[in-house]
Amino acid sequence: MRGLTTKKMKVTIDNIPVEVEDGTTILQAARKIGGKVVPPAMCYYSKLKGSGGKCRTCLVKVSQGSAKDPRPMPKLVASCSTPVQDGMVVQNLTSPEVVEARKGIVEFLLLNHPLDCPVCDQAGECDLQDLSFGYGMEETATEDDRREFPMTDIGENIKLHMNRCILCYRCVYAADQLTDKRLHGVLYRGDVSEIGTFIRNAVTNEFSGNMIDVCPVGALTDKTFRFKSRVWFLKPMNAHRECARCAGKTVAWMFGNEIYRVTGRKDQFGEVEEFICNECRFEKKDAGDWVIEGPRHISRQSVISANHYEEMTEPSVIDPIAGKMEKDE
Amino acid sequence: MGGKILLASIDIPGIREFGVYRASGGYAAVEQALRGMTPAQVGNEVTKSGLRGRGGAGFPTGLKWSFLDRKSDKPRYLVCNADESEPGTFKDRYLMHHLPHLLIEGLIISSYALGVKTCYIYIRGEFKYLVGILETAIREANKNGFLGERILGTDFSLNIYVHPGAGAYICGEETALLESLEGKRGNPRIKPPFPAFKGLYGCPTVVNNVETLATVAPIIRMGGEAYAKIGRGKSTGTKLISACGNINNPGVYEIEMGLPVEDFIYAPEYCGGIANDKYLKAVIPGGSSVPILPADLMLNTARGEKRLMTYESLADGEFATGTMLGSGGFIVFDEDACIVRNTWNLAHFYRHESCGQCSPCREGTGWMERVLYRIEHGAGKMSDIDLLVRVAKNIEGNTICPLGDAAAWPVASAIRHFRREFEYHVKHPEVVKNTSHGALNYEVESMIPDSGTGVNYW
Repeated sequence: MRGLTTKKMKVTIDNIPVEVEDGTTILQAARKIGGKVVPPAMCYYSKLKGSGGKCRTCLVKVSQGSAKDPRPMPKLVASCSTPVQDGMVVQNLTSPEVVEARKGIVEFLLLNHPLDCPVCDQAGECDLQDLSFGYGMEETATEDDRREFPMTDIGENIKLHMNRCILCYRCVYAADQLTDKRLHGVLYRGDVSEIGTFIRNAVTNEFSGNMIDVCPVGALTDKTFRFKSRVWFLKPMNAHRECARCAGKTVAWMFGNEIYRVTGRKDQFGEVEEFICNECRFEKKDAGDWVIEGPRHISRQSVISANHYEEMTEPSVIDPIAGKMEKDE
Repeated sequence: MGGKILLASIDIPGIREFGVYRASGGYAAVEQALRGMTPAQVGNEVTKSGLRGRGGAGFPTGLKWSFLDRKSDKPRYLVCNADESEPGTFKDRYLMHHLPHLLIEGLIISSYALGVKTCYIYIRGEFKYLVGILETAIREANKNGFLGERILGTDFSLNIYVHPGAGAYICGEETALLESLEGKRGNPRIKPPFPAFKGLYGCPTVVNNVETLATVAPIIRMGGEAYAKIGRGKSTGTKLISACGNINNPGVYEIEMGLPVEDFIYAPEYCGGIANDKYLKAVIPGGSSVPILPADLMLNTARGEKRLMTYESLADGEFATGTMLGSGGFIVFDEDACIVRNTWNLAHFYRHESCGQCSPCREGTGWMERVLYRIEHGAGKMSDIDLLVRVAKNIEGNTICPLGDAAAWPVASAIRHFRREFEYHVKHPEVVKNTSHGALNYEVESMIPDSGTGVNYW
């Protein structure tokens, strides 16, 4: 058995010990603990190879490199791309330095973000909204005009709203790894770099719709759902159908008996469990196309569960700061 | 002071040609290494010499070589980083232009030490005229049996290829360079894994600066220990310094490490003092990325000692009162220079050159540039100065590659040492709006193409 021979690494994150396998990243180890100790990730996507390291929101402090070499790492490290070592001690929320740096990163991410949440289809399920709620400042420190890109059309199903993009590269990796030929990418460099096709092209690949699901902000949205409804007015229902291209397991977002949109099923970290094809996503909007399994579990913190919060059976949130205080005394 | 090591033969007419270079003692080190030494011995000599990376970071070369994954059965690569784009640094261009064979010689010996069969010179796209010079040198070396299969009758074979970049400063960062060399967008890679394990095409790779690799040849010729005796402390040997700015004799100088900064600026054989009898105001001693220092801190450390041209002495006092040797781009400002304008100019450069991959650098460099533009053009506020400090702090250390640091340090240090000048700009918007800057009052030499190459590269 491989599981028996693999050496387990003991890691401590915010004073909570966890054992993980060799090669695990700090972020994955933190996700194993769950709760508040999980650093936010805007660009890392466990299902997309090569993603991560870019947004810098998951920076953590390594106060002890390993049991063998207890020196701390000189800089904050991106937890999504730093593998754990045996005996590593990581500080996330227990380090004021990390919180301070993360606030700075969120400020940078919001610097040129249009903050047009009231008209953005992503509102209510946007990672950047959650992040700004947690770490953002109430007022912006900049008085410059925000960066604006001319609107470009990338096909009939996907709406690209470049002003909202935080350049996480997730959609690039998704197109690389899910579709047979990537038609879009990052053009130009620095603060004028943008997502685009070269030369002007439509993104029409079979699985290109997954770009919408992996996008952490409202830069890529579903044209068939555009301005139809706010997500929190809809009921997400697990649904499936026989599909020749994908597993056909989706979430149908319903209002009464009408399906407003179809997305992939996302886990607790906001990552799609199984990618779905464009036919399921964009074309099957009739309730008769689907076998509706039942309502989906929604986190009680989510705005989508407004007014019908679930009963909490056991506390799932560990307060790392309280944990630290106990230990200090 | 001190004999020249790298540029010893620079004045010999026609030194760019193989025959002349060979007659003046060139390629003797290759013979010495390949015939009489094992690769490990060569590596040992380099370690003993205490040679440190000349590209900016000053990391010990011997140590860097020792990290190379020698257990892997994949091929190994040596990449020569000739993407010299740092504002103020032009030493590698000078070296490659005048002594291409010295670099080739260094590359052969280094490749031998590292067990490399294929070596790339990644050269800055703007140095297009150098590609021809280097390729001619490679062809000559090949013809004379110093490159190609079974060099000098030994089992060692080596091919060198020159690859021009496409004009991005970021490709001077080693992992971005490797991406670019592979034909991809020049985005720095997330480390780890380091190039020593997974570099070019996923194979173990060493990336070194031009000057570092060229220095390997004289190190073998004179022996590591003899080389280590030159210089001072852990800064051994000589260093090429490209001096520019408001000085009488701008140019590339080879200095022995440990030369006092004051001597370097005022001695007639080096910079020859400040042009037009002006006073020294500030110096950026290691290329635009390192912190700027005012004249008093540049000539003497905060502890009252004489500041020397070494890695340690320039870094004395950390960033509060010190700076870095960096890549040796020595930029001198006289009393008339406007620090705010220069800082804005640098911020503009870094904004333009940021690859846009990670958020602090992408957004932060643009933000700093906009605020500095405002201050310089008479529309700044007092709070903007503190804002700059905060933005620089938020970028520093939080980015994927050192470009973020390189953009943040000049801004942070300029405000640290010249805050009153920034405040003056805010308080007197009318004055700064109507002041013209630039080379208006200085005679500008016409740039004459070097007749030796026959190429008009200007």
